[in-house]
Amino acid sequence: MSQGISLRVHGSRALFSRPEMKAERVSYDMITPSAARGILESIHWKPAIEWRIDRVKILNPIRFDTIRRNEVASKASYSLARQAMANGSDLALHPEDDRQQRASVFLRDVDYIIDAHFEMTDRAGPQDNPGKHAEMARRRIAKGQCVWQPCFGCREFPAYFEPPPDILPEPPDDLRGTRDLGWMLHDIDFADGMTPRFFRATLVNGVLDVQDCLRRSGL
Amino acid sequence: MGIHESRIEFVYLFDVRNGNPNGDPDAGNMPRLDPETGHGLVTDVSLKRKIRNYVQLTQEGRQGYEIYVREKAILNDQHARAYEANGIELDKGKGKAKGEADARKVTQWMCDTFFDVRTFGAVMTTGVNCGQVRGPVQITFAESLHPIVPAELSVTRMAVTTQAEADKQSGDNRTMGRKHIVPYGLYRAHGFLSPHLARQTGFSDADLDILRSALVNMFEMDRSAARGEMAARRLIAFRHKSPLGEAPAQKLFKRVAVEMNDGVTAPRDFDRDFTVSIDRDGLPEGVDIEEWL
Repeated sequence: MSQGISLRVHGSRALFSRPEMKAERVSYDMITPSAARGILESIHWKPAIEWRIDRVKILNPIRFDTIRRNEVASKASYSLARQAMANGSDLALHPEDDRQQRASVFLRDVDYIIDAHFEMTDRAGPQDNPGKHAEMARRRIAKGQCVWQPCFGCREFPAYFEPPPDILPEPPDDLRGTRDLGWMLHDIDFADGMTPRFFRATLVNGVLDVQDCLRRSGL
Repeated sequence: MGIHESRIEFVYLFDVRNGNPNGDPDAGNMPRLDPETGHGLVTDVSLKRKIRNYVQLTQEGRQGYEIYVREKAILNDQHARAYEANGIELDKGKGKAKGEADARKVTQWMCDTFFDVRTFGAVMTTGVNCGQVRGPVQITFAESLHPIVPAELSVTRMAVTTQAEADKQSGDNRTMGRKHIVPYGLYRAHGFLSPHLARQTGFSDADLDILRSALVNMFEMDRSAARGEMAARRLIAFRHKSPLGEAPAQKLFKRVAVEMNDGVTAPRDFDRDFTVSIDRDGLPEGVDIEEWL
């Protein structure tokens, strides 16, 4: 049992990091299914449902830009936090001593139409009928409601969402025809030890048909 | 309504006069520029750094208001020495929780202890939820309202660093340096507060007050030779009457318009050269506008 949902998301910047280029982040050419799922989850999600991305339509030309920022190298450590809890020792990260300057190559002025549906999971109870969840998601999209403001890959790049326009604009000229985007992250398999899954993404006239690409990729 | 019951967005306006609000390491520390539009940029992390510094300075020693990502320059020296004395190094974060309950306890303690973890989140390698604490506060890049024209100034110093330099100049001992300034720039950033995430990290109304005063006052505590005169000018918040919100954020942001006054060709003064207007007509039901500054 599934229910279709469609929404438009747009923003002035986006960064969908390629996992093979993470130290100095480089964005994919377009939003990944995993990032699109994250956007839907920030609007409506319950353990009873699982979002699946069907199609992404690109409305703006693909353009990149770059920025270099000072970032800290380390993460907060569990063991040091425990130590600090136990004996009150000091805990901090010192960005001045622990600094990395990292560049990010991000996308400019992105605008997508996302078509998705959800499947019920085995955590669904008797009160979780698909119609209810679909209705909740649609209502929230129409009203601009969200659990947290969705973002395009990184939280400093907010994603604004709304219902899709009645008449979809034509794809940008340079996206006409077929474009092979190579292997792209589809999603992380959380059930299987956080294994990333990749698929061959092909853009046809500005549309990524995720389900079709998954089939072609043998997934 | 409290922060756990209402979604909030804010528009933040600040300006700079004869200073460099945020240098670009890729461009020899020139003020950051959007190369396509010529508009100035200040990164989210730059603004968050100032918020952290403000909270560290003003809340020093208060329980629950420690800052996790600290700047060494104003760090209590004792703390730094304690690290060195104990031989604790902070660059290996491989520890992982044995049980989920234990991991949650550590995450909770981090949130309770550190204002910045509670507010902006942190990557903790605890093995729970990818080890991340997602903070309720999200801030965008700040962008200037108009193209900025950075100026490069040469400055001289009446001394040299090394004997070799002195020998080369046969005692004249002058060196030249460069400073980049933006003569004037008015910047706008947007912020988001999620009540759901606030509940998860324990971000409270008292914390929101501190965040507000940080945004209003943080430039006063961040004076330096490079920055010139920076000041917060307006801080306008949209408070929704429900945790999920009552209207799309992008539509609310559009209600705050900043116009350059007639006849101004080169703005240099916020009060004289700009008009900020807030469109309150037909405000969506359940949204209030609060002028925090």
